Amino acid sequence: MPVYVIRRSLQALVVLFAMSLLVFAGVYAVGNPVDILINPQAEPLERERAIAALGLDKPLWEQYATFLRGAVAGDLGRSFVHSAPALQLILERMPATLELASAAMLIAVALGIPLGLWAGLRPDSVSGRAIMAGSILGFSLPTFWVGLMLIMVFSVMLGVLPSNGRGPTVEVLGVPVSFLTVEGWRHLVMPATNLALFKLALLIRLTRAGTREALLQDYVKFARAKGLSNARVILVHVLRNILIPIVTVIGLEFGSVIAFAIVTESVFAWPGMGKLLIDSINLLDRPVIVAYLLVIVALFIAINLVVDLLYSVLDPRVRLQEARG
Amino acid sequence: MRAPAGASDVRAAQAPARRVLSDFVADPVAVVGLALLCTVVLLALFAPLLSPQDPYDLAQLDIMDARLPPGSPTPSGGTFWLGTDDQGRDMLSAIFYGLRISLAVGAASTVLALLIGLTTGLFAAYAGGRVESAVMRIVDIQLSFPAILIALILIAVLGQGTGKVIAALVTIQWAYYARTVRSAALVEKRKEYVEAARCLALPPLRIVFRHLLPNCLPPLIVVATVQVAAAIALEATLSFLGLGLPITEPSLGLLIANGYQYLLSGKYWISFFPGLALLLTIVSINLCADRLRDVLNPRLQR
Repeated sequence: MPVYVIRRSLQALVVLFAMSLLVFAGVYAVGNPVDILINPQAEPLERERAIAALGLDKPLWEQYATFLRGAVAGDLGRSFVHSAPALQLILERMPATLELASAAMLIAVALGIPLGLWAGLRPDSVSGRAIMAGSILGFSLPTFWVGLMLIMVFSVMLGVLPSNGRGPTVEVLGVPVSFLTVEGWRHLVMPATNLALFKLALLIRLTRAGTREALLQDYVKFARAKGLSNARVILVHVLRNILIPIVTVIGLEFGSVIAFAIVTESVFAWPGMGKLLIDSINLLDRPVIVAYLLVIVALFIAINLVVDLLYSVLDPRVRLQEARG
Repeated sequence: MRAPAGASDVRAAQAPARRVLSDFVADPVAVVGLALLCTVVLLALFAPLLSPQDPYDLAQLDIMDARLPPGSPTPSGGTFWLGTDDQGRDMLSAIFYGLRISLAVGAASTVLALLIGLTTGLFAAYAGGRVESAVMRIVDIQLSFPAILIALILIAVLGQGTGKVIAALVTIQWAYYARTVRSAALVEKRKEYVEAARCLALPPLRIVFRHLLPNCLPPLIVVATVQVAAAIALEATLSFLGLGLPITEPSLGLLIANGYQYLLSGKYWISFFPGLALLLTIVSINLCADRLRDVLNPRLQR
């Protein structure tokens, strides 16, 4: 196990390094920030001073070396636009995104697993088919458009929910959160539902397929033959076995929920790091783009690592293979 | 796939296609999906003939007609069935033209990605060894990141424009094809007909494209169908975020983005109808893909 963790962590570092190189080279080759950031009316001397101040006059590799040295020390450069450290800007907005993503995942799990189980137990019933049809719709609905329609119905027509922002936040251990106030909930519920739809459809399909397969297994037949109650067969024997792949998928999909929050945050003007990324791309604020990408790649690698480790804890067969190989 | 035998070559080659078609239409939901898809494609193809006005001919637009609700009369005695946008443009016409652009971008990127992914995947499987593991390593790493994130990185790196959006979509999608075709080819290349072709000392190119490829097609077709829908949705999302196609190529995503600011004042139609068109397009493709997956699945074949 420790060998496995070390090997995986080293792999993660290599991927992180390669990504930083790719992203840096790419982003710094686009456009000319000098034209965007410095007043076109500025005197040539003034321009040069600004270029030197931003470090844009040095060769690309030197800019990267400076960047990398800073990155190791936790300094990912300063935003051209906000003139604040890029990492700080992102970390300030991270709690909002994480809160939104967690709420969305919670909705998807709380609805997806029971609905998928129901559809798997009754694949040919009207309700089972309706759930499946709904899940196809969930896959097909363009997220951003659903967001607009939610705003149209609940904010414009019914006027019951606010259409944008996060509402008042409460500090918990220095981190601002919305979910502790009623007003915060009213702001959170629409974006979270919107973000949850796609994962909800995925979880329904996954749970249904798992249930249908598990029902045919010998251990289920055996449990029934023992005369166990239906509830016990389903909740203990079926559900526990299909939970292994589901937990993995939930873990892996959490990263993709954070990435997809970019779209939802833009629709609902949610002050998270995804919205910051879109604004930064539009303004060519390169340090923030690079910092965002590195932070999210690091987040992804961490999530993948945790899921892999969790998987081997949940499923003893994986550990056996690891030991043999 | 059974190996064709001698004289019945031609029949055996035709039969699978006919069987797939007759299986496909056995499901009424799939038929509805296919009919819907055909309608959408025809509307997109013949948009200039079907549209009540040319939405991008400024001479035909009148700012006095701006933001009229659906069903309003036009100055020339017709009807704006789906209302007008902030430029006085007929939404129905704008949607027909938008469909054209959305479908064209989706199809172009799918075809390019298919060609690249298919060639890479086939050769990786055929070559084996280091080449294969290197290619599959790249595919695995790429597929572990969500498409939207890769698309945004690429747009941030490449800049904006139609060609660049297509390039981003191709970069995202080739990996799906490479993985699918490789896993199919790995199974196929151990079969006897490939060994026979090798014994005949046929050139590798011929073996890969004439013998391996046709037998790897079924799963590839399913993935390609799903990916067209995904490409269209992703392009719409990028355009909605203002990072996709330029204003000169108003796809459905851009039309929806245009209506965003008017939504809060209750003028829903500018965003609603293009989104509905997008939804119907994606649903129809996904319904067809769902059925194709069942029909082409060798495990379910009788």
